[in-house]
Amino acid sequence: MPLRLTALAAALMLAGSVHAADRIKVGFVSTLSGPGAGLGVDIRDGFNLAIKQLDGKLGGLPAEVIVADDQQSPDVAKQAVDKFLKKDKVDFMTGIVFSNIMLAVGPTVFENQTFYISANAGPSQYAGEQCNPFFFNVAWQNDNLHEAVGKVVQDKGYKNVVIVTPNYPGGKDAVSGFKRYYAPKEAPSGGKGKVAEEIYTKLGQLDYAAELAQIRSIKPDALFFFLPGGMGINFVKQFVAAGLSRDTQLFAPGFSADEDVIKAVGAPMMGMFNSSHWAHDMDNAENRRFVADFQKEYGRMPSLYASQGYDAAFMMDAGVRGVKGKVEDKAALKKALEAKNFKSVRGDFKFNSNHYPVQNYYLRVIGKDSSGRITNRLMGTIFTNHADAYVAQCKMK
Amino acid sequence: MTQLVLEQALNGLQFGLMLFLLAAGLTLVFGIMDCINLAHGSLYMVGAYFVAAAAQAADSFWIGLGAGVAGAAVLGLVLELSLFRQLYRRDHLSQVLATFGLILIANEAVRMIWGAQPLLLNPPEALSGPVEIGNFFYPAYRLVIIAFGLGVAGLLYLVVARSRVGMWVRAGAANREMTEALGVNVQGLFTAVFVFGAALCALAGGLLGPLLAVQIGMGESVLILAFVVIIIGGIGSIRGALVGSLIVGTVDTLGRALLPTLLRAALPADAAATLGPALASILIYLLMAAILFFRPQGLFPARA
Amino acid sequence: MAFYRPARYQKPLVIVLLLALLVLPPALDAWGQAFYIGFATRVLIFALAASSLNLVLGFGGMFSLGHAAFFGAGAYVAAICMDNGISDALLALPLAMTVAGLLALVVGAISLRTRGVYFIMITLAFAQMTYYLFVSARVLGGDDGLPLAGRMTLGGLSLSSDGALFYSALGCLALVMTFLGRLAGARFGRTIQAIRDNEARMEALGYPVFRYRLVCFVLGGALAGLAGALLANLTGLASPNLLQWTQSGTLLVMVIIGGVGYLYGGVIGALVLLCLEEVLAGFTLHWHIGLGLLLIAIVLFAPRGVAALFGKSDG
Repeated sequence: MPLRLTALAAALMLAGSVHAADRIKVGFVSTLSGPGAGLGVDIRDGFNLAIKQLDGKLGGLPAEVIVADDQQSPDVAKQAVDKFLKKDKVDFMTGIVFSNIMLAVGPTVFENQTFYISANAGPSQYAGEQCNPFFFNVAWQNDNLHEAVGKVVQDKGYKNVVIVTPNYPGGKDAVSGFKRYYAPKEAPSGGKGKVAEEIYTKLGQLDYAAELAQIRSIKPDALFFFLPGGMGINFVKQFVAAGLSRDTQLFAPGFSADEDVIKAVGAPMMGMFNSSHWAHDMDNAENRRFVADFQKEYGRMPSLYASQGYDAAFMMDAGVRGVKGKVEDKAALKKALEAKNFKSVRGDFKFNSNHYPVQNYYLRVIGKDSSGRITNRLMGTIFTNHADAYVAQCKMK
Repeated sequence: MTQLVLEQALNGLQFGLMLFLLAAGLTLVFGIMDCINLAHGSLYMVGAYFVAAAAQAADSFWIGLGAGVAGAAVLGLVLELSLFRQLYRRDHLSQVLATFGLILIANEAVRMIWGAQPLLLNPPEALSGPVEIGNFFYPAYRLVIIAFGLGVAGLLYLVVARSRVGMWVRAGAANREMTEALGVNVQGLFTAVFVFGAALCALAGGLLGPLLAVQIGMGESVLILAFVVIIIGGIGSIRGALVGSLIVGTVDTLGRALLPTLLRAALPADAAATLGPALASILIYLLMAAILFFRPQGLFPARA
Repeated sequence: MAFYRPARYQKPLVIVLLLALLVLPPALDAWGQAFYIGFATRVLIFALAASSLNLVLGFGGMFSLGHAAFFGAGAYVAAICMDNGISDALLALPLAMTVAGLLALVVGAISLRTRGVYFIMITLAFAQMTYYLFVSARVLGGDDGLPLAGRMTLGGLSLSSDGALFYSALGCLALVMTFLGRLAGARFGRTIQAIRDNEARMEALGYPVFRYRLVCFVLGGALAGLAGALLANLTGLASPNLLQWTQSGTLLVMVIIGGVGYLYGGVIGALVLLCLEEVLAGFTLHWHIGLGLLLIAIVLFAPRGVAALFGKSDG
């Protein structure tokens, strides 16, 4: 034993800070300040809860999670990522919320041959042409939840729809996803529905007076909006304040209708339909444990973001276990991650060839639960084993 | 269409009046004490945080607003007595440096106390819906903001134009040394003006909190607009601050609303959406440059 | 403030520092701290940017809050060059300087007609205008900025290694500081300082004050553009954050900390600020408070900056 330690010590001294394979370092970069902070904080809390449940270990090895705030700026994110890759030499990276930031730092991470397990951002670019073996998304591809809403709005027969979304890659994916399933054919109630207007707002915008005045002049019967975090909170509040909620039904992907927004807006959100891959009332052992422990640990109900962070940690755990701690073997680690040897809180799902999930998408509605609390209720399934629309363009094997 | 224009005009009025609350304090500090205060935006932010925290604690918006404004006034008093008194005699460079440092401290202190996430501030329950006048809808809360803004403007007019204190303020803005020589307690006047400015900032922050977000760094962007307003209006003049802020508020809001519509006729949707607000923002600076070209001292210069 | 005159020990001190910097990258590599080569490069680049502002503010006496516009413009020019196939720094860097200089010419020609606080505000307004123009252009990446596909090449040498970029930045800084040192002692430098100290007298003496100021302003802008182009290479991104007034503020803080009007004021200021950031950030997330308090302390107790504490000039 002493000989081995001395040899190790000598090797360390000679090679400077050689990365010791006796712990797993995770670089967690996320939006922890500003209007989008709620999402990053949830992902981080879900991730940390999982680590705690795993006794602070990933795949049996002690885990070290280093957290950095990207302040929703690609500039700051790049600096943080550079530091994690070059100075801390992390084994995994995760945490980014917004797709524009993901696209900005992705190339650096992949060049460094570090695995990125995305707990949120799922840009279409990485699902299709720019797919990369080092990128995994444990949540969804950006378009998916919007595709589900599109189908719901189509099925319910709304004719005059307005879309509101921020002007960034995630927003563009939302529009293409929604339009893929809305208005491509005749609505069941007769007549073709149409998207009357696509309104693009600024990422981080908080005052929607101008957009609301515009919406009022269009008089839509349904409004589909994708405004994650603080943006959505402000939009819904102002939408209701302007009296528009009387004539227009709101639809959103789960992002804009989850616990953070509900807590801020409250009763005006009742009756809002939204799509999601996960709901806190899903009935499986992992989810029950997750929701109970999350409430105990953090004193609030988890959102879908938290569930994604949680799953990301378990995915890393499964990966490390699959290579028995030898995370330097990138090819083996890739296979271990692809095998998806963990039970997700949303039930079963598989990875597609582009490392994005193939899974079910569900309809939720905001209402009161048995204890009178305003929250989401699972209503039904929209898509079963749904894959993203870009996988064919990915040339990865 | 009438609804659109009328609604946007009211929005412009609302935005302009809130800017006025900020600009009024800033122009007085700048005009009378010749002090560049970059941390004015931080007073706005801290004021908003005080209001939000108090509103959450007391579970009432109005109590929160009152408590927050009072708290900000106290903070203003502390700052004036400890730091700003030293800064009045310094050159602009030192003032910029010190107040820049204050911005850093304020942002970080807020982060330490309340965390990095924005604070929730909701308008009073009764005001969270629209007001209906025939066919015209307008958010009730925004109307209340306009009322507050007009109220403060009226109050300031009465004080500045019709009272003795106001006369001292105007005299101090026009010629500080002479006013001092005439025996007015200029030191106390400075303190009062500064504290009042801080209170106005907090009022603006608290009123706008439910509309925007109470978050770190919210003061930096609005600070520039406030400076543009007082340059346009004339440093040291309350009337100039009011006119300037109404101009800036209306141009910015109407620009943001109408330019995209105009541009969309010529360009695709997302291009128009970015170009519109950007052009509207530049419009304000071009306006400032134009006004300065004809009236280099602003519209209503306080100094003779 | 009197004319800048270098202290006697300045030249040997600078040579020693230069030699130390020359061996820094291999030393860091040997200690396994290769990450810090990038950090050191960042310090050099900001030293250059702060020195360009020092020229305008310290020597020229022009309190510009819009210097970030030229800094950011340089970065964007570098990114646009890379996008359009110009990957040779020998072409791109001078191009960045030219564009930034032209921008400074326009801004200066208009702003320098004003005085005092109006000058400060107008330069600030121009910086904001530049920011909004760059942010609104979708082709320039909007809010996210314009990424660079890779690093440039210097003649034939690729700059993609951290060490190569470090030496290029060091070379630029050394050249610029030599130039500024010569300038300060030459007629132009003395004239511009005299204008800073007493404009009326210089006018009365028949000097074309406006022209001298404008040249100084444009020079400062061009040098800031050079720094911006180098920064774009380092970070791989031309970010609109570089154009914001808060960035001007940071550069201003560097100059003031280092010493306004002292030749190495910008260099010292950048070094102090960035090192403080790196060191303090390791201790606490809230290091900004320390920095804010430091700035206030400087204003109250050491208004002439760190360099003044070393008595590097008389008067």
